[in-house]
Amino acid sequence: MAWFTRKEKGINTPTTQKKDSPEGLWYKTPSGKIVHMKQLKNNAYVSPDDNHHVRIGSKEYFEIIFDENKFKELDADMTSADPLNFKDKKSYLERLEASKKKTGLKDAVRSAHGKMNGMPIVVSCMDFSFIGGSMGSVVGEKIARAIDYALKTKTPFLMISKSGGARMMEAGYSLMQLGKTTAKLALLSEAKVPFISLLTDPTTGGVTASFAMLGDFNIAEPGSLIGFAGPRVIRETIGKDLPKGFQSAEFLLEHGFIDFIVNRNELKNTITTLLRMLQN
Amino acid sequence: MSNLLDFEKPIAELEAKLKEMQTMAEDNDVDIHEAIISLEKKIDELKVNTFKNLTRWQRVQLSRHPDRPYTLDYIYEITSDFIELHGDRNVKDDKAMVGGLGTIDGKTFMLIGQQKGRNTKQRQMRNFGMSNPSGYRKALRLMKLAEKFGKPIVCLIDTPGAYPGIEAEQRGQAEAIARNLKEMFMLKVPVICIIIGEGASGGALGIAIGDRVLMLENTWYSVISPESCSSILWRNWDQKEQAAEALKPTAEDMKKAKLIDGIIEEPMGGAHNDFKFITAKVKDVILKETAKLEKLSPEKRIEKRIDKFGSMGVFVE
Repeated sequence: MAWFTRKEKGINTPTTQKKDSPEGLWYKTPSGKIVHMKQLKNNAYVSPDDNHHVRIGSKEYFEIIFDENKFKELDADMTSADPLNFKDKKSYLERLEASKKKTGLKDAVRSAHGKMNGMPIVVSCMDFSFIGGSMGSVVGEKIARAIDYALKTKTPFLMISKSGGARMMEAGYSLMQLGKTTAKLALLSEAKVPFISLLTDPTTGGVTASFAMLGDFNIAEPGSLIGFAGPRVIRETIGKDLPKGFQSAEFLLEHGFIDFIVNRNELKNTITTLLRMLQN
Repeated sequence: MSNLLDFEKPIAELEAKLKEMQTMAEDNDVDIHEAIISLEKKIDELKVNTFKNLTRWQRVQLSRHPDRPYTLDYIYEITSDFIELHGDRNVKDDKAMVGGLGTIDGKTFMLIGQQKGRNTKQRQMRNFGMSNPSGYRKALRLMKLAEKFGKPIVCLIDTPGAYPGIEAEQRGQAEAIARNLKEMFMLKVPVICIIIGEGASGGALGIAIGDRVLMLENTWYSVISPESCSSILWRNWDQKEQAAEALKPTAEDMKKAKLIDGIIEEPMGGAHNDFKFITAKVKDVILKETAKLEKLSPEKRIEKRIDKFGSMGVFVE
């Protein structure tokens, strides 16, 4: 027998009044630490007790990077077409609509320019919540145009990657975005405009195999999964369990592919210092 | 021919029957001339019907045909001398990626490509045409060498993908591919890339940034193989035909999408049916396209190369 009996029958909270759980008051990290949401937000979404970096999107990164959260967004209205009329279990258009509705985003990357500690900067930031942060034509084009803008205005470029790789539903088009973004980076590099690539959890596939690995400075958030092939594919190919810490940011640092690992709550000041040193 | 695909079998059976009848006609004095002619006609019709209406999955199968010419087959056939160059000057010599200097009609080229094996032992040695970072770094070293001495570059692409392994990740598979993409855009010499078999994703693109990107008629080039696409989107391996239709990865599809520059026609039944025909054709294309590209200045070629890839993609604003 229950200890309490429900007096009213049927609780019908309208959907609009239901609270989204991540927006709740408390957050529990994978190691079991409990953090107050407000505390988490004030600490750049890093849990103070165990340094766990909560997965965040472009909205939060822009808040962290840009002074007073002031910035001008580039190509904010660009959206995906469905050039191949792609359909698996669901159609691509349905997936896009569902993602837009769920996330309130237009696609998996947002670009903006503004000031960071008073210094001008162009930022492109990926949103993993939009079809796994996958790169199709829109992601490729928006990053390419952000680089164009950085090139034209000679402003340092910061790329924040968080992606499962190329978007399958745009097949060949997606693959060529690796080429497109890289071509623009080659020009940026020739013009000696600084490019900082921040790799966050997770960064894999075609994104790692193009712009994410090409920074003048490749930096990563602690504990991020970073790799070319996904761990499941590698495990299936070699038929063996993967070593502990394989494809973590620390693993990449150890093998020479990352300049340094930076805590998110120190990100803004660290890259400001870095860019200042290039200017002095 | 022991390596027959399902849709090749009915043709092979009729061809065997024709041979039998021809021998019979020679050995005996029976007049089966008309029967032979009608069978020949039937074979031709069947060939046309089969190969003019290939499904996308059938083309994927042809691109992987075990009798298909591989990179070194082309290189040895079209160059009068070829000196293979080994190693990435860092850790090792990746045998899934080959390259070297060769002469085509008196002109020196740097030829680079993924290499598959013909039998189990070779396949293992070539790692099924799946390069490790050393392969991409070797390829880049050879491209830089070609640039230094002003020799045009030909890349032959035939890979089921870059190798997904522990060592590959430790040594930076992603960085190796990314570096190649960036450096290839800035190469001062002409670069011609030809998909001769499988063009799987980043592993293919890693040597496929060129002034001309061409595909043989029965090849595929996409972001993922139909099998892997099926396993991810349908959660099983059985929807590969459907996945191939959805990905639209054939030469015709890619040309229509303006993601490649042209298609090289194969002999009836596929490249493996006539090595001489296809290698002569590839040689011809290489020479003609190089001549055209050499008319442009290096700066112009680089600009056009960047603009071409820069305009790829479809979106709504």
